[in-house]
Amino acid sequence: MRTMAIVRRVFKQMLRDKRTLALMLLAPLLIMTLMYFLFQNNTTQVASLGVHHVDQSVVNVIDTKNVTIHHYDSSQARKMIKQHDLDGYLTQKNGQLTITYSNSNPTNTSLIKASLQSGLVKLKMKTLVTVTKKQRAALESQQAALKKLTAAQTQATVTKLKTAIAQAQARGDQATAEKLQKQLKQATATTSSSTQSAKATSYTTKSHYIYGSSDSTFFESFLAAFLGFFIFFFVFLISGVSLLNERTTGTLSRLLATPIRRSEIIMGYLIGYGGFAIIQTVLTVVFTITVFKIHLVGSIWLVFLTNLLLALVALTLGIFISTFTNSEFQMMQFIPLIVVPQIFFAGLVPVDGMASWLQAIAHIMPLYYGANAMTDVVTKGAGLGDIGVNLLILVGFMVVLTMLNIVGMKRYRKV
Amino acid sequence: MVTDYVIAKQVSKHFGHQQVLNQIDLTLPAGMIYGLIGPSGAGKTTLIKSILGMEAVDSGTVKVMDTVMPNRAVMAQVGYMAQSDALYETLTARENLTFFGQLMSVPKIKLAQMIDYAAGLVDLTTQLDKRVSGYSGGMKRRLSLAIALIQDPQLLILDEPTVGIDPELRQQIWTELNKLKDIGKSMIVTTHVMDEAERCDYLMLIRHGIALAEGTPAALKQQYAVDTIEQVFLKAGRMQDANDGNR
Ligand SMILES: Nc1ncnc2c1ncn2[C@@H]1O[C@H](COP(=O)(O)OP(=O)(O)O)[C@@H](O)[C@H]1O
Ligand SMILES: [Mg+2]
Repeated sequence: MRTMAIVRRVFKQMLRDKRTLALMLLAPLLIMTLMYFLFQNNTTQVASLGVHHVDQSVVNVIDTKNVTIHHYDSSQARKMIKQHDLDGYLTQKNGQLTITYSNSNPTNTSLIKASLQSGLVKLKMKTLVTVTKKQRAALESQQAALKKLTAAQTQATVTKLKTAIAQAQARGDQATAEKLQKQLKQATATTSSSTQSAKATSYTTKSHYIYGSSDSTFFESFLAAFLGFFIFFFVFLISGVSLLNERTTGTLSRLLATPIRRSEIIMGYLIGYGGFAIIQTVLTVVFTITVFKIHLVGSIWLVFLTNLLLALVALTLGIFISTFTNSEFQMMQFIPLIVVPQIFFAGLVPVDGMASWLQAIAHIMPLYYGANAMTDVVTKGAGLGDIGVNLLILVGFMVVLTMLNIVGMKRYRKV
Repeated sequence: MVTDYVIAKQVSKHFGHQQVLNQIDLTLPAGMIYGLIGPSGAGKTTLIKSILGMEAVDSGTVKVMDTVMPNRAVMAQVGYMAQSDALYETLTARENLTFFGQLMSVPKIKLAQMIDYAAGLVDLTTQLDKRVSGYSGGMKRRLSLAIALIQDPQLLILDEPTVGIDPELRQQIWTELNKLKDIGKSMIVTTHVMDEAERCDYLMLIRHGIALAEGTPAALKQQYAVDTIEQVFLKAGRMQDANDGNR
């Protein structure tokens, strides 16, 4: 089969070209690693906060690894900040906390702000939890009392019934005895079931901490956008340049002097480079998720699938764009024009809040659909049904571009 | 049984304002080496590509193997060697031959044998597993010729096959081309080297897209009353220029 001949050739060429192979497979890992540490950097920075007359419980919750606390004996925030080169100063009068920021370093300001906010929320939660605990204790003692009461009652009923049965049997009244026996069974059965249900309900109280998981970072929330973008970028570049080379070295026109169909060439490219795109996608996704311990809410297969579709769109787009270029340099010129703008619509900035004309642009960007779908899978655990429309749109992009590519090849051979 | 492998009638083609082919007629019977001679820019390559259906013509018709071109299936019966070597440099010669063999639908069991045969013809047998990027210009040319022979086609269309090949090997290649002819194959060979013209059975002299003269080498020399094809060309060229001047 001619398509497979192309596929095999593409694979061989790719394996020979170690640098391109390394670029395609390792560069995304390198960039993801770099970004991971860049965005993690926030948490290693430490802001210094001066405190004066603040409740110890409050100080305790603010005192995180991002904020160091210094105690001072003055309420003059301005002076103390200047004197001790602090990033902020916290004072308390009764229940009123007053914070003064130096704000010479906005990052440190936001660190204190976040620490203070989350600390106060934690404090609130704690009080809430203690209250709940007290309530639960009260509830439990009530339940215990209730249980005792029902047990006593049942006991009374059972003894009553038992004496009645004995009397009936003595009388020789079998029918009444049986009826009473049944009632006795019921009475004991209800007691056992009621104790069971009481047990089950007593375990349901549980506390949730909103800010408990401090692991969710900028990196995680934008992971999908960047993952999609880099895979898109590299596949676009490599497939475009490869087809361009094929054209400029004359091998494409030589190919068309064989009985091969135009569609067979395009399909060969799609499968060949698509194969590498799969490897790249799996490698990048698995690396990112395992090494950086990304918590994936949804299915990893959906992340693969979405990325693969994105890669195929990039592949067909790269081939399509390469027909308008005559050199690798010209191919590069399309990157800021076609590839880079996609990142802006990948979810870094919420598209809903954009001007309507910008929203319109977003809807012609493959990455908008791909990254959105992926973000939903990664952070919200979206299923195939939820992202199906987005995936179908990506398939649509791919099909249309493939058709255009096949028709575009008519430039080199009419049949 | 096909008698005429190629029949081109009144083929015209222009690029922009330039008339590159002007009503060219060409008939290639079986068992013949047909030489297409002309200076560079004469339109030889364009004519060849028009015959193969790789270039759309303005007017005129081309039939290859009794099939109106362009036609995809007929391509499998034509061995084509392009003017510029179109090879995959990162692959070895064997891999290039295998790839084109597969595209030409050479059966799997025959492929290894065909590679040996084609490589033997162009004296590349010992270099088959070397990457093409390490090849000299002459070796690439020979590999291109081997690729044209990979499916053992009846018709060969060779665009300047001997450019950049040393005289000894050139001699060898012409000997092989003659052998191929003897077993019934036909070929169109373009060249701008006049002494190669003498080796062809039939010649078409082409200049500025116009067929100046055609016939066997002997007949042409006789017609123009000169001793070499080069002189035929010069004389015919002067007559063409004189004609243009008259207009
Ligand atoms: N694709 C093209 N676009 C414009 N002009 C072309 C193209 N291909 C060939 N030509 C022109 O047509 C003429 C004939 O070219 P060609 O057939 O390659 O000549 P030859 O093979 O005899 O050297 C040349 O003047 C060349 O510049
Ligand atoms: Mg030429």
